[in-house]
Amino acid sequence: MNYLLSVLVENKPGVLSRVTGLISRRGFNIESLTVAPTEDENLSRMTIIVEADEVGFEQITKQLHKLVSVYKISDLTYEEAVERELVLFKVQSSPERRHEVIEIANVFRAKVVDVGKNTLTIEATGTASKLDAMEDLFRSYGIKQLTRTGKIAMSRGAHEQ
Amino acid sequence: MITVEEKIARRQRAIEGRPFGPGSHTEHEGKTMTGAQAIIASLEAEGVDTIFGYPGGQAIKIYDALYDSKKIHHVLARHEQGATHMADGYARATGKVGVVLVTSGPGATNTVTGIATAYMDSVPLVVITGQVTRGVIGTDAFQESDIVGITMPIVKHSFLLQSTDDLTRTFREAFYIASTGRPGPVLIDIPSDLSGSEMVFHYPDTVNIPSYRPTYKGNAKQVKQAAQLISEARRPLIMAGGGIVASHACPELVELAERMQIPVVTTLMGKAAIPCSNPLNLGPVGMHGSKYANMAVTESDLIVACGARFSDRVTGKVSEFAPHAKIIHIDIDPAEIGKIVNPAVPIVGDVKVVLAAINERLEKMGAAPVCEAWRDEVFTWRERWPFYTSDFADYPDKIAPEVLLETLSAKLDPHASIVTTEVGQHQMWALQNIHREHARTFISSGGLGTMGFGFPAAIGAKIGCPDEQVVCIAGDGSFQMNSQEMATAKINGVNVKVIIIDNRALGMVHQWQHLFYNDRFSFTELADNPDFVKLADAYGWQAARISHPDEIDAALDEMLAADGPYLLDVVIPAAQTVYPMVAPGAPIDDIIGALDVTLGGVRVTEKGFGEAGRPRPSHEGVDE
Repeated sequence: MNYLLSVLVENKPGVLSRVTGLISRRGFNIESLTVAPTEDENLSRMTIIVEADEVGFEQITKQLHKLVSVYKISDLTYEEAVERELVLFKVQSSPERRHEVIEIANVFRAKVVDVGKNTLTIEATGTASKLDAMEDLFRSYGIKQLTRTGKIAMSRGAHEQ
Repeated sequence: MITVEEKIARRQRAIEGRPFGPGSHTEHEGKTMTGAQAIIASLEAEGVDTIFGYPGGQAIKIYDALYDSKKIHHVLARHEQGATHMADGYARATGKVGVVLVTSGPGATNTVTGIATAYMDSVPLVVITGQVTRGVIGTDAFQESDIVGITMPIVKHSFLLQSTDDLTRTFREAFYIASTGRPGPVLIDIPSDLSGSEMVFHYPDTVNIPSYRPTYKGNAKQVKQAAQLISEARRPLIMAGGGIVASHACPELVELAERMQIPVVTTLMGKAAIPCSNPLNLGPVGMHGSKYANMAVTESDLIVACGARFSDRVTGKVSEFAPHAKIIHIDIDPAEIGKIVNPAVPIVGDVKVVLAAINERLEKMGAAPVCEAWRDEVFTWRERWPFYTSDFADYPDKIAPEVLLETLSAKLDPHASIVTTEVGQHQMWALQNIHREHARTFISSGGLGTMGFGFPAAIGAKIGCPDEQVVCIAGDGSFQMNSQEMATAKINGVNVKVIIIDNRALGMVHQWQHLFYNDRFSFTELADNPDFVKLADAYGWQAARISHPDEIDAALDEMLAADGPYLLDVVIPAAQTVYPMVAPGAPIDDIIGALDVTLGGVRVTEKGFGEAGRPRPSHEGVDE
């Protein structure tokens, strides 16, 4: 199954490679990964989705804990965590059909960020299932390009960091 | 000589985060100097008196600063791999951190096998590599290699120094990380422009790494559970690993074993965790362990694994490993717990501290041994399946490695000698037949199985412990992987002895080819070996060759008495096999070639007790 991890790491060159290298050399596959600095510029937060069984996942977290560059690991898989992903769609659309695409975007509270001769670029955020649904709808118009950021996540409420 | 008390005190100091040496109290403190001088001053602040290395372009400034040091003795190896193994042997023998200094590019990459060896066996090293200047990093500059990237999977931690402001703190952290928790190698990569920059030297006396906090004390509830299980077990067994050696937990281990009369099996890294003279010590377990030790694991109802990681060389087929046993697993590394086997009681902590707590708990409980029947039964197995008996010889006119090593063992003072090994058949014969009384006196590459380790490690061990007789047991294949270090031994006056158990083959693979590949000896025959005696002579060593059993005694006497390094080439039959053996992937009670004295001392291959059955009716308390 897929596990969702939020990992607080030292914001230094090479740390990303320490973390990803460890996961791959222990025989696991990273489904999705995002990294960016946190409110403290010395720290970065990585949101990692990794495919593993239960024993494998336990091993990954224990091994990650051993890295001196890793401060904290939160397993958000079963937590009530806030999860978001951002996606940019470049949808094929002739001027006559633009309004249909824009309407779909509006239903999903997505934004049109660029208009071309025969394309519309739409920015959407949300959960994976919402973005998947949009993708399905846009597919019938033709998706020329698609970029997803991968998931970011944070535990709710009282849990600090 | 470093006493055990000093080693324990050093570890305590390490855990407290204090430097091993004078720290800020050196004459360098507060002085303006170059980065290179600060590197040497940092080593002096850590109390380092010996380093192993090899100079080169990007390390030249550091070597220039080293030229002025009156405190640090530098051992010039003949290859950076040799230097790294020497530092490793030095660290294993002394309990100190081994320090390596090499240049960038090939100098750095040549340390990789040495670093991996230390990583697999949890040996504290600090490896300092020169790097090209910061301005040209990433441009494929001459002798540039991304050594931090290359070594990432095989270091405990690494640093690429970015500024002289971080220099002294980096050294303190490197020594702290290498020597605490589960020890391991730490690499510091230093761009040469930083070695040339000026800075003011201040050495920190403390260390603070929020993301690195090893657990030393075991959870009280789990300690209590463990003590309860131990006090009740009818067929308990202790499995002692390298963690006992690393944390100096031998007294606590012996106390537990003796208090409860629990037999002890040892992994390769745990050899001599309990003295070989202690009857409770059943010795090596696993692929080339004794049949009695392996049978004890299989029949046991409780295994207390202390600083051991359930390597495949110990467990054999995991699903049939210790099928009747609950497992208590004590380890300082949480990632080891649950990695291979699922313990009933997991305890994360320093094995010395945890065993002391368990002993204290047992004392409070007034626990008395309840497993004497089991212990006595296991002892009868030891009589039944010995490693070797003198009336047994595969090749009567030839030298039997077991006899050679038993004779050597009897001649060595176990209180004043260190034995190192290379990797292969000879390593297993040494493991089986060399008698040891103290931890850190049997040095061998366990996890990585590095051929070429044992000889340079012997040089490092001898430099660290000059009063001990240091003997390397090598194979003719392994020895040739780092034989150039004979020059290092000669030039530095390092009085090591090397015994080559010479079968003119890569014996272990040869043995597997014999047993599992229909005698197809694909590239394992080394018929064109050099004349080792002449080779030794060329390096200014004394040397001799023997091939008849009658020569063993005198030859060993001459070797051990020799003033200066000495090589003894011992010719044995190429087809000599190491037994007993468990085939890879087989359960560890499925044993090839164990001697069974109840059948008249023949080698038998059978699972468990075989046709002869259990030697006597099962004792009470068997409840399968």
